[in-house]
Amino acid sequence: MSDTTSMLSSGRQATYVRPNSRWGKQLGKLALAGTLVLFALSLLAVYLMPLGYALVASLRVRNPPADAPIWPMSPATFTWEGREVEIFRVPTADGERELAIIDKGRTASQFVDPQNPAEVIDWQGAWRTLPRVYFWDPQWQNFSEVWRFLDFGRLLFNTIIIALIGTVGTVLSCTAVAYAFARFRLPGKAIFFVLLMGTIILPSEVTLIPTYIIFYQIGWVGTWLPLIVPHFFANAWNVFLLRQFIMGIPRELDEAAMIDGANPLQTLLRIIMPQALPAMVAVALFHFFYAWNDFFLPLIYLAGKPELYTISVAMQTFQVQYGGRPELTMTASLMATVLPFILFFLGQRFFMQGVVVTGVEK
Amino acid sequence: MQRTSQLTMRERMWGYAFLSPWILGFLLFTAGPMVASLILSFTNYNPVGAAGAQFVALDNWRMIFVDPVVRQSFWVTGRYVLLATPILIATPLLLAVLLNARALPGKPLFRTFFYLPAMIPAVAATMCWLYILNPSTGWINRILEWFGIPGPDWVNSPEFAPIMFVLLVLWGIGPTMIIFLAALQGVPTELYEAARVDGATAVRSFFSITVPLISPVIFYTLVIGVIASLRYFMATYIVYNGTAGPGGVAQFYMLTLYRNAFVYYQMGYASALAWVLFLIGLALTLMLFASAKRWVYYAGSMDR
Repeated sequence: MSDTTSMLSSGRQATYVRPNSRWGKQLGKLALAGTLVLFALSLLAVYLMPLGYALVASLRVRNPPADAPIWPMSPATFTWEGREVEIFRVPTADGERELAIIDKGRTASQFVDPQNPAEVIDWQGAWRTLPRVYFWDPQWQNFSEVWRFLDFGRLLFNTIIIALIGTVGTVLSCTAVAYAFARFRLPGKAIFFVLLMGTIILPSEVTLIPTYIIFYQIGWVGTWLPLIVPHFFANAWNVFLLRQFIMGIPRELDEAAMIDGANPLQTLLRIIMPQALPAMVAVALFHFFYAWNDFFLPLIYLAGKPELYTISVAMQTFQVQYGGRPELTMTASLMATVLPFILFFLGQRFFMQGVVVTGVEK
Repeated sequence: MQRTSQLTMRERMWGYAFLSPWILGFLLFTAGPMVASLILSFTNYNPVGAAGAQFVALDNWRMIFVDPVVRQSFWVTGRYVLLATPILIATPLLLAVLLNARALPGKPLFRTFFYLPAMIPAVAATMCWLYILNPSTGWINRILEWFGIPGPDWVNSPEFAPIMFVLLVLWGIGPTMIIFLAALQGVPTELYEAARVDGATAVRSFFSITVPLISPVIFYTLVIGVIASLRYFMATYIVYNGTAGPGGVAQFYMLTLYRNAFVYYQMGYASALAWVLFLIGLALTLMLFASAKRWVYYAGSMDR
């Protein structure tokens, strides 16, 4: 834009105008950037508010008073003559003072100053109207309490094992199938591909009940097997993602390997897999997050076996039993989120690319 | 001649070997069960009862049309699909436009943070929302109070619960946002410059350039979104502990299916319900594909 201006205006004029207009332009750009950042930040603040709530709520005490601040704070107390008394903010002749109440009356009460407990202060007024004094008191032990309550170590183990074995199965089977779709001339491949993509739209509920009955008949209900074994048979989303990726690898590479006498399996292992590694990482992450999140299948297949529960199912049960203790539920929610967050940050680049491939490319 | 065909045979063998996990899985976990559930839908199979399965003809299918619970589920689910679908497309699209703005610094960071909630396990995310929407202690109602608006009882009022359901899934829009972002980056910038020279406003460019050019991706999101909304289940199960909620406000179709199958063990009836859901999803998808010819623009390329 500034180039056009300089070209249009005569040389001499431009040398005077340009520095100024550039300044103005820079300022305008800065203002626009500032506004956009501010807008994006405030949107983000609203969007992430429940997460902020969870962080704050997870550190609060059990049953805080109704007038308690939203922060993890506890009412301040003072030990006076062997009993614990509450501290209020009291307006007095010398300004507002933080005083401990020792004798509660409807219209007049007695206070002491925690700094100088010997002197008893009489105060006229209703103590119930006084604001309580709070102090910063995060309850870090909520985390260890949830760990023990939920037997979180076991849940973590269960969920990780189910997710990891399933991930290995998904990555191996999907890579092999995608390789076949991307590289081999096979009769019926086009029909297979349409069927494959069709299963994306097909709701799993149609197949759910017979599958459940079969697993029930062979005694797999109440074990992890229904949550793991099917993933060794490839799934449409991930095959599609990997196929797209493998099709982008130059064919000359595997042809060269074939001429050197490598069979297709060796080509897959030595040429395709190293090249397709980013896509395989994306698939691995997709599956791991899916398994970590999955609620419905563990709910029906692990019903009545708490020792086999995954984190999601256990949290739902926990919520039913301890719904009255939001601080523990929020703590549990945060604990369930830690591992996916770490993995997400580590594998972000591959993961985002994978999301894009499934959505944009054909 | 003989040699080439032998080579082809070898290639095919390898190809089918690599394809076999999917073919096997398709037969075992998709095609077989689909046929089986169709057959089951004509029986009264109950895996817990001793009676076994009897052929009951169209009883289950007929029942679907008279069952008041199913009628309620159609209403609740249909309302949810109509309410959620536009929001679940517009929100990530507008966010993507914002996070694609050339003037915005720190884009990668913003993208990561807007994506973040999609990483929170859905059970945990639902619980966060549940507490923040709590009428007495939740932040949302406290904030509304500052503005002098009396906050509703989100969970227990039949009017506001449907809004809550949409809020609960708004945290899952991360992937859609990333897909839109990628699509936006594929729009040639020359078009915007040309439009600006012609005096088009940003809003006008958005509707006349951006939307048509990314319409294939909007279409994809629409199809996937409608199907996902038809199957909405988890959040309501957690909010109302597997019940239908106040006045049946959470009587989603999937809840009805789940309860018939795994609480009452009416596997025959549940199979019929599953098939009806499948047929509705299929019909909606086909309708969307038929409508796509009118509004989805494929940049002059040959594909589809």
